[in-house]
Amino acid sequence: MQHIDLAVAILYLMSTATYVAFFLFQKKLLARIAIALLAAGFLGHTSVLLWRYISNGSLPVRDFAQTLSLASWSVAGAFLLLELRFRLKIMGIFAAPLAAATLLVSFFLPAAPATAKPIFSSLWLSFHVIAVFLGEAALALACGVGLLYLIQEHAIKTKRPGFFFKRLPSLELLDATGYSCIIAGFTLMTIGLAVGFIYAKSVWGKFWSWDPKEVWSGITWVVYAALLHERLTVGWRGRRAAIFAIIGFGVVLFTFLGVNFLLKGHHGSFTRW
Amino acid sequence: MNTGSASPDRGCRSTEGARKNKFTIVLLGLNHKTAPVELRECLAFSRDETSTAARLLLQEPAVRELVLYSTCNRIEMLMATDNQLKAVAAAKRFISDFHHVALDRFDAALYVNVGDQAVRHLFRVAASLDSMMVGEPQILGQIKEAYFTATRHKTSGVILNRLLHRAFFVAKRVRTETGIGDHAVSISYAAIELGRKIFGSLADKSALLIGAGEMAELAVEHLRRQRAGKILVANRTFENAVNLAQHFGGQAVAFDEIGTCLQDVDIIISSTGSPKPIITREQVKKCIRRRRNRPLFFIDIAVPRDIDPEVNRLTNTYVYDIDDLKGVVEENLEERNREAVKAERIIDEAVLRFHAWFESLEVTPTIIALREKIQAIADAEARRAFRAMPGLGEDGRQAILRMQAAMIKKILHHPTLFLKKNSHRDDRAQLVDTVRKIFGMDDRP
Repeated sequence: MQHIDLAVAILYLMSTATYVAFFLFQKKLLARIAIALLAAGFLGHTSVLLWRYISNGSLPVRDFAQTLSLASWSVAGAFLLLELRFRLKIMGIFAAPLAAATLLVSFFLPAAPATAKPIFSSLWLSFHVIAVFLGEAALALACGVGLLYLIQEHAIKTKRPGFFFKRLPSLELLDATGYSCIIAGFTLMTIGLAVGFIYAKSVWGKFWSWDPKEVWSGITWVVYAALLHERLTVGWRGRRAAIFAIIGFGVVLFTFLGVNFLLKGHHGSFTRW
Repeated sequence: MNTGSASPDRGCRSTEGARKNKFTIVLLGLNHKTAPVELRECLAFSRDETSTAARLLLQEPAVRELVLYSTCNRIEMLMATDNQLKAVAAAKRFISDFHHVALDRFDAALYVNVGDQAVRHLFRVAASLDSMMVGEPQILGQIKEAYFTATRHKTSGVILNRLLHRAFFVAKRVRTETGIGDHAVSISYAAIELGRKIFGSLADKSALLIGAGEMAELAVEHLRRQRAGKILVANRTFENAVNLAQHFGGQAVAFDEIGTCLQDVDIIISSTGSPKPIITREQVKKCIRRRRNRPLFFIDIAVPRDIDPEVNRLTNTYVYDIDDLKGVVEENLEERNREAVKAERIIDEAVLRFHAWFESLEVTPTIIALREKIQAIADAEARRAFRAMPGLGEDGRQAILRMQAAMIKKILHHPTLFLKKNSHRDDRAQLVDTVRKIFGMDDRP
């Protein structure tokens, strides 16, 4: 399995390099090669995760290394789905390196001793984790697109059309894609959280136990709900929406990592190393 | 191609004795760099004149083939000749007679390119590297038209036909492989390109034209070509607004309505003579919320400016004035010049390839190449036959090889004789070309 892991990382890296080349030279063929490489990596990654799932009987999120690997898989998966739907090739310049970097970091983390708790093997839990991870990956992409938006907006506003201006798509397209990413991410996160509540009820007998992760997930959810609400009512778009998408992802990152490192709670084992 | 004395196949020439001079490609002309517009005006050929002029000049015995193109920036004659000096003199005399302009008035502005240099010049012109505005696409169409006129009147022959086709091919390659035509180099088009970077597609985006003016109206034309939506026209004189609106298939609005229009339109093109700004920051700010933050793009072509520059600081609002647009155009021009370097490389390659073909049009290299081709086929087949007959002795092999040699000799006897016999004819290039085509001797078209 180690070999396949490594092959997946190499494919992600090659995809990254090809996306960089696509960005520089703007040849459509390069974008097609890049997405093919990423898709190949994703298939390999999926098979590794499936193999671990079957051999352990539970989702491979037992230590931080496994969690990061799953996060990397989610980023690749979310990007592939969104690319299929919206064809915004330029998003790859953000998604491919993110997937590659996350996976590479996971290689350098020690594996924790296997202590399979019975509560890990529930299908509900797997569903909860995958939905939340895919949702967060989509929000990560929204953050990336938001960054691209700000770069492009800056170029147009300051009237210095240069390197990025030519290579980045229109503001409208970036804005629309970011919005779609947030809708997809928010929906998945909502479903994931809902499943989490049901699962918590079945294991601990209560929906909500003021676990720090739960609290911060709630905060994240409210942030994105506010962003979507503003968009639908007063038409928040463009620069402000992009900044909000970046801040929102900061909160996501804190919920994902910060809570586990700084605070404690029953989600702790994800980041044990 | 060569300029005469430095012929690489001089050896062949001496053996063939009284053979006529080799064909040469000569390009004679003047352009915006060598001649002022007053002179170009006097010497330009109108469309009808082009075909008459070509037929007249072709009566000169030295001029074998001719393509003439005349645009507002250049007048050039492309000739295939077997007597370069006579052809150039005849062409000069012809231009002078045709337009009744003394030769010494324009002789200094003329350039004469010969051989590879003429080919390179044509390729550069067709690829729009020699244009006043590098990368502008019209010149290729103008040369194509001139070429079709030439083929219709049969003033071009096998050499120039081939040359022009190569020129079109090279121009297309330059356009697709370099970014030479990618960036707008006119103010109005640069503005529209900016709009596309803001709105993505301009389809169904509505525009408001304030005032009138050539650049502003051109920008509206570009918008219409991009299938923009509603077009509103405002003017201090309502009648003018109505007239312009009719012209664009738009709708006239009163000057006082501009404030309310800002809620609905996406692009505002302003070009009035007003000494004070027409649209203020407060006006725009008021409508942003009602627009639900949809972006607004102001194109301010007026001097002094019509749009308060402070408007640019509002969110999702972009203001470009004439100086900003000029800056964009300058940057785009620099970009085109950078791309032109790549284009020169493509052209170098094409000149080399054309040179190879042109050289092959001579009789002797064709005979040699033909012999080599047939020999190669025969050798390959003989090898196959030997493999199929492992029991064949050395005597048998020798007999087959002798047969092979005899067959080649007999097969090639008539074609060789035919080529040699006709090597003094004026249309020998045509014959050689036909022979090469029949035997498929030029691997690439």
